[in-house]
Amino acid sequence: MKKYLKPCVFILSLIPFLIIFYKILFNQLGPEPVKEITHHTGEWTLIFICLTLAMSPLKRLTNFFIWISFRRMLGLFIFFYATLHMLTYVIIDYRLDFESISKDILTKKFIFVGFAAWLLLVPLALTSSKKAMIFLKDKWKKLHRLIYIIAILGVLHFIWLVKKDLTEPLIYAVIVIALMLFRFKFKKI
Amino acid sequence: MKKIRYSEITPEKIYINRRSFIKSIGIGAGSIAVTSLPFTNSALSKEDDKHTSFKDITTYNNYYEFGTSKSDPYIKSQNFKTNPWNISIEGEVDNPIKISMEEISETLVSEERVLRLRCVEGWSMVIPWMGFSLSKLLSKVTLTSKAKFVKFESVYDPDQMKGQRYPVLNWPYKEGLRIDEAMHPLTTVVTGLYNKKLPNQNGAPLRIFVPWKYGFKSAKAIVKIELVEKMPTSSWMWASPREYGFYSNVNPNVNHPRWSQATERVIGNNIFAPRVKTLMFNGYGEEVANLYAGMDLKKFF
Repeated sequence: MKKYLKPCVFILSLIPFLIIFYKILFNQLGPEPVKEITHHTGEWTLIFICLTLAMSPLKRLTNFFIWISFRRMLGLFIFFYATLHMLTYVIIDYRLDFESISKDILTKKFIFVGFAAWLLLVPLALTSSKKAMIFLKDKWKKLHRLIYIIAILGVLHFIWLVKKDLTEPLIYAVIVIALMLFRFKFKKI
Repeated sequence: MKKIRYSEITPEKIYINRRSFIKSIGIGAGSIAVTSLPFTNSALSKEDDKHTSFKDITTYNNYYEFGTSKSDPYIKSQNFKTNPWNISIEGEVDNPIKISMEEISETLVSEERVLRLRCVEGWSMVIPWMGFSLSKLLSKVTLTSKAKFVKFESVYDPDQMKGQRYPVLNWPYKEGLRIDEAMHPLTTVVTGLYNKKLPNQNGAPLRIFVPWKYGFKSAKAIVKIELVEKMPTSSWMWASPREYGFYSNVNPNVNHPRWSQATERVIGNNIFAPRVKTLMFNGYGEEVANLYAGMDLKKFF
């Protein structure tokens, strides 16, 4: 039973990708298709950040170690959706117009933090293997604490992009803060 | 204050006949029409400027009175009551009036006006509106010498408009124009689109449309038009003065903290279509640039 769990989580994690793929193929993206792809991949990046951060609290709450075995895969799905999100912006929306893109990064703070968050994800994805873990020893743990900074940048990216109604980004902010406080609390006890 | 002579306002007959006129002399003569007819604007006469579909125009809206999502206005406005409807024109006028929708449609003829809409969020549409120049409606009152600005106020009805139950903006929605902008023939009072009555989600029964300004300047469901001496504060200026100026002319050179104003996405295009360059004054520079002669538009954004 246990050995099927991971493949199940993998397939479930691919569903958001399949949904957007289906929408592209069958022209279901609505009046602003590029924005739809950008929002969809961005939203799922944030959801996977929350899911990844939830695994260790779940382990402590339920005493099942199985949660931790999903963490690496979920973390790699953050990178997967974040990369799709970034590539949608760079390739589909701005068609590799690097002059406009670099201007956006420097003048729009939500793009700046979004791009920074993606850059910080790269070393985490590269060092996700067991080999890297053994090679880096205790540095690995320190390096992977970057995910907390990435989570904060990701939420800021959403807060700064919203025009007026902050409900949605604030929901993510509350979840991310709660998941972080949980760790803090456990350390004290 | 700059007075608009009656001769400056394009006669109604030209509006009504302009389509058949252009058709009759063919596409090649389009450029002749540009100088005399503001609605066959150079930006519009391009072949790729297809009218946005009725479906997209009526299901993809920013109308926070009904909710902040683009689909909210269509979904949540269908039972909105627009009858009876009165509009008061007051403030710096000798004879304030309250005029009913019936009287407006009986006395002022709506013509088709194909105008481009550029949203501050970086997308655009081409909309075949039905309407007439605001100056015609304002000619029903006599302005005093203190009438320097026009303030528009949209309806406040939180029972019917659920979005108004939350302080997303300072309700009722307020917008404004300088008097010469308001008197410009391109400033349109809209009563319909695609030859139909104006749908609720697009601002029924009556809205303003100012094609050379970002979409939020064009207030919907108007109940009050007030002539004032001092520059009014619009709802968006009140929400974030750094982001939204009083003028809010479409200007690719003035950056916005969130959206690119240099380019735009045309609604209805597929994912492979490139962004298009945003034009100064949304392509209506020939008609309106003189209103801002000598002004630093980066400062007065």
